[in-house]
Amino acid sequence: MKEIIRGLAYVVGNNIDTDQIIPAEHLVYSLTKPDERRLYGRFALCGVPVAEQGLPYGERPFTQPDAYKSEYTIVIGGTNFGCGSSREHAPFALQEAGCEAVVAESYARIFYRNSVDGGFVVPFESRTRLVDKIRTGDDVEIDTKLAQLTNHTTGEVFLLNPLGDVADILKAGNVFEYARQAGLMPS
Amino acid sequence: MTITEKIIANHAGRERVTPGDNVWIDVDVLMTHDVCGPPTIQIFKREFGETAQVWDKNKLVIMPDHYIFTTNHHANRNVDILRDFAAEQTLPHFYDVGTDRYKGVCHIGLAEEGFNRPGITLFGTDSHTCTSGAFGLFSTGVGNTDAALIMGTGKIWVKVPETMRFVFEGALPPYLMAKDLILAIIGDIGCDGGTYRTMEFDGEAVYDLDMQERMTLCNMAIEGGAKNGIIAPDEVTFEYVRQRTSEAFEPVYGDADARFHSERVYDVSTMEPIVAKPHSPDNKATVSEVAGTKLDRAYVGSCTGGKLEDFQAAARILRGQEVAVETYIVPATTEIARQLHEVTLGGDTLYDIFINAGCQIGKSSCAACLGGPPDTFGRTHNTEVVISTTNRNFPGRMGSKQASVYLASPLTVAASACTGVITDPREVLV
Repeated sequence: MKEIIRGLAYVVGNNIDTDQIIPAEHLVYSLTKPDERRLYGRFALCGVPVAEQGLPYGERPFTQPDAYKSEYTIVIGGTNFGCGSSREHAPFALQEAGCEAVVAESYARIFYRNSVDGGFVVPFESRTRLVDKIRTGDDVEIDTKLAQLTNHTTGEVFLLNPLGDVADILKAGNVFEYARQAGLMPS
Repeated sequence: MTITEKIIANHAGRERVTPGDNVWIDVDVLMTHDVCGPPTIQIFKREFGETAQVWDKNKLVIMPDHYIFTTNHHANRNVDILRDFAAEQTLPHFYDVGTDRYKGVCHIGLAEEGFNRPGITLFGTDSHTCTSGAFGLFSTGVGNTDAALIMGTGKIWVKVPETMRFVFEGALPPYLMAKDLILAIIGDIGCDGGTYRTMEFDGEAVYDLDMQERMTLCNMAIEGGAKNGIIAPDEVTFEYVRQRTSEAFEPVYGDADARFHSERVYDVSTMEPIVAKPHSPDNKATVSEVAGTKLDRAYVGSCTGGKLEDFQAAARILRGQEVAVETYIVPATTEIARQLHEVTLGGDTLYDIFINAGCQIGKSSCAACLGGPPDTFGRTHNTEVVISTTNRNFPGRMGSKQASVYLASPLTVAASACTGVITDPREVLV
């Protein structure tokens, strides 16, 4: 896990479920073959209704139609981010698109756990609702050690909840490395 | 301790656990399917080695069910990956497509094949794995990484959840089903109201339900954000389990002084048929509030709404009627598909009742519940307004982002199929 994550913000609303993060019809691609796995980057967040893609503007896709990578590094969400299915393809798709962190008011627990155990994206909880305070395209920076987010576009600084217990897994890289370091799995 | 806390403590080798504790526990059953099985296998091999063996082949269940009857070559390739892995590991519990063993929807298949036993821990790469909690066991959905860790070690870490208790008192009226009860709860607590917690169901109306209806309750615990749903086992549970397996099990019950996060009590005799309006399972309304809403399609199927009892309920209304909108019937498993030909109502088989009413009957699988490849049976492609017995109605869930899905009980769906508008089952039930 990086100490500083900086890039452009992509803002979405509440209850962004896993079908919006990666629609079920796309779950058929290999997550390992390079020519297929990049499709998860192309279709990441494509299930969000068009009017709500990239708030407050709308009609701003996370990844451009012909691209495999997103220009956005940090996703800002409201409550219950990642609800719905247990598909690990969801945090994987965000990572494959180039997203490094999500900052949401709250998470559905399987998405949160998948993000951490697979080491795909760093899931921070915001202390206040940021969906109305950050705009898609703002230049934002997360200090993962201080658990704070700076919006360089506006100069505002927001506190995040510390990562707590899961920081050790994120620092190790994923749950396997964590289990090896803890002696729960042979090295 | 609650039932959930006790099962976790038993499997962590501890005297007791307290909500919030992080513990490593032993896993009794791991289930995976065609969508999440292949990436789980890839992670397992990456982390444990190309020739590694799974921790216990008798505890791994593979039931392909999501994208089965499709020409999509990526989807078919995923079933091939499962097939190769099952052969390579000589897995006894692989239910292959195109064979007599093929089951269909995994959560119901687990019950039918006797894997759901009181007191055990069961994990699956599917959020609706919480369905199995109806048997008084701890079950929850995990991602591919966690499943691969279990595949290699038989262990996983869990944070002990607090338990929310939901008590249903009274006798269930004939126009209500378990789907109405769980939609009422989700509407009341919101689709994140149970996040990180257990939803435990209790009360005489719950114990009056058979196992199929109890599974409907637990299936949708995840729609309230919960980690697991659970119902204490009783004679109804034991009888179902004994018919399906000879394996021993140890029922677990909560202590009299168990602590709960909260308790909600419902009197079922005063409840009404419920729907979840588009586009969230917590967007609750009574059927009477949305009655008359024009529909394009009705759908009866899935792990939560495609069991024998769901079809018996729909048949009560559809017998001798003709549907006014296209109506899809998808039995969850091949066993249920056979039962449609065997079980009768008023002298007609359920199958004939549906065919005579003008319904289309599909093959056992998840089908259009979660959209899937474009050639999936019953999938939406446009601006369809659908009433469905499935469990989710987020944008695009049944295929098209422009479609609108109402979730309801099989009785409400069947009543609405007959009229073409959302209809209260009390208007047509005699």
